[in-house]
Amino acid sequence: MSRRNRPPVALLILALLGLALFAVPLVALLIRTPWGQLPALLRSDIVADALRLSAVASVSATLIAAVVGVPLAWLLARVEFPGRALVRGLVLLPLVLPPVVGGAVLLFALGRRGVVGQALEQATGLVLPFSTWGVIVAVTFVSMPFLVVTVEGALRNLDARFEGAAATLGASRWTVLRRVTFPMIWPSVAAGLVLTWARALGEFGATITFAGNIQGRTQTLPLAVFVALESNRDAAVALSLIMVAVSLTVLVVLRERWWKAL
Amino acid sequence: MLRSVLAGVFAAVVVGGCAPAGGSRILVSAAASLTDVFGAMEVAFEEAHPGSDVVLNLAGSSMLREQILEGAPVDVYASANRENMTQVAAADRVDGEPALFARNRLQIAVPSGNPAGITGLDDFARDELLLGLCAPDVPCGAFAEKALANAGVTPAVDTYEPNVRALLTKVETGDLDAAIVYATDVLSAGGKVDGIDLPESVRAETDYWIAVIADAPDRDGARRFVDFVLSDAGREILTSYGFETP
Repeated sequence: MSRRNRPPVALLILALLGLALFAVPLVALLIRTPWGQLPALLRSDIVADALRLSAVASVSATLIAAVVGVPLAWLLARVEFPGRALVRGLVLLPLVLPPVVGGAVLLFALGRRGVVGQALEQATGLVLPFSTWGVIVAVTFVSMPFLVVTVEGALRNLDARFEGAAATLGASRWTVLRRVTFPMIWPSVAAGLVLTWARALGEFGATITFAGNIQGRTQTLPLAVFVALESNRDAAVALSLIMVAVSLTVLVVLRERWWKAL
Repeated sequence: MLRSVLAGVFAAVVVGGCAPAGGSRILVSAAASLTDVFGAMEVAFEEAHPGSDVVLNLAGSSMLREQILEGAPVDVYASANRENMTQVAAADRVDGEPALFARNRLQIAVPSGNPAGITGLDDFARDELLLGLCAPDVPCGAFAEKALANAGVTPAVDTYEPNVRALLTKVETGDLDAAIVYATDVLSAGGKVDGIDLPESVRAETDYWIAVIADAPDRDGARRFVDFVLSDAGREILTSYGFETP
């Protein structure tokens, strides 16, 4: 390698320092893992229930985000309306807000005596707190902004001439959206969906505050880790290991397969 | 490893400030159920000892225990049961002997007006109600389970909250129909929560223990604070918040 092509040493050291922040805890987790007891720990009800709930909640949140988040991103990127900056801020708020605060706010709004929650219970009998629906709401609230931000950015950066050309050739607005716009922003949509799913999988604060903590109904993997940390540390480590393994696999595999936008 | 993370976060978050010039800064890790009474204790102690600054670290007793066992630089530990204190003492993390300083009893907390018409522990078996307990590893949860077992009730629990204050909040907001908390918590919620006494027969009482932590960064200050809690002035404050003193 010629001297010219060699990366600057100072930059390399800083990059490795940054990497160490992520790598060292992971190595520590592997060292701390009770490998011998792992199969037994992973077969316990608590782990199975938490794994199932986390899968249900994170996938549901991602689907909901896809259905309402992409149109929301389109609205923010393409439609001029008064107060758009404020609406955008509102959508991004869950990224900044401590999740516990998010959970409390959801409780005020959707709890049994909340403004919307009370009406919801009277109309449908559905009570969100302490139910799996509540987990899905909390997790969606915290994770959806990732999709909206990513897709809105992609829509803004899209060269409008392609859409213009399609329209000139007689394509309807819906056809343009489906055949031109969407295929061009798909990599960003995919990246946004993966980020949303990943954030949803790790959600803790809003879930425990809004939906409570009960095995099989609202106790997702992060909640199970939190509870186990104070009682059964080996179980906590095993659960953490599952979370790391699942997340890392999905993120690495998906990155290789079909999203390169990030 | 996970404990190290806890201790690290703890050190960064709680111990961030700096001591008052020439004075002492005493870090007190106290059970969540002591939130209000130790707030008052802090004010009274600082008045009696000018230059001292008490910093409260409030969480579930078991979380505090984990932090201390991992070596968090705590001066005083006040636990809501004997078990957590025993574990800390067994790990040689206590300086001297832990002291019993207060007693508390459990009560059923319901939103004011008792909309679900709760009458006693038997109601905790009703599946149609929304019922909460503290997590079994937190003292209030362990005692509640013991009380329910003594009463022969298998509870239909909807949430196990990480500490008693989180549980109380969900009763205050009306999201839970009932929960088992300490009598002092019901008192602290003012009119927002009503308390229902448990029968004598279920023996739902808990002891509060306090100790100076080994290698306390401010050992003298820690000793002064513990002595203050055990003094007549300290007992008076505890009593005014609904605790019984030994």
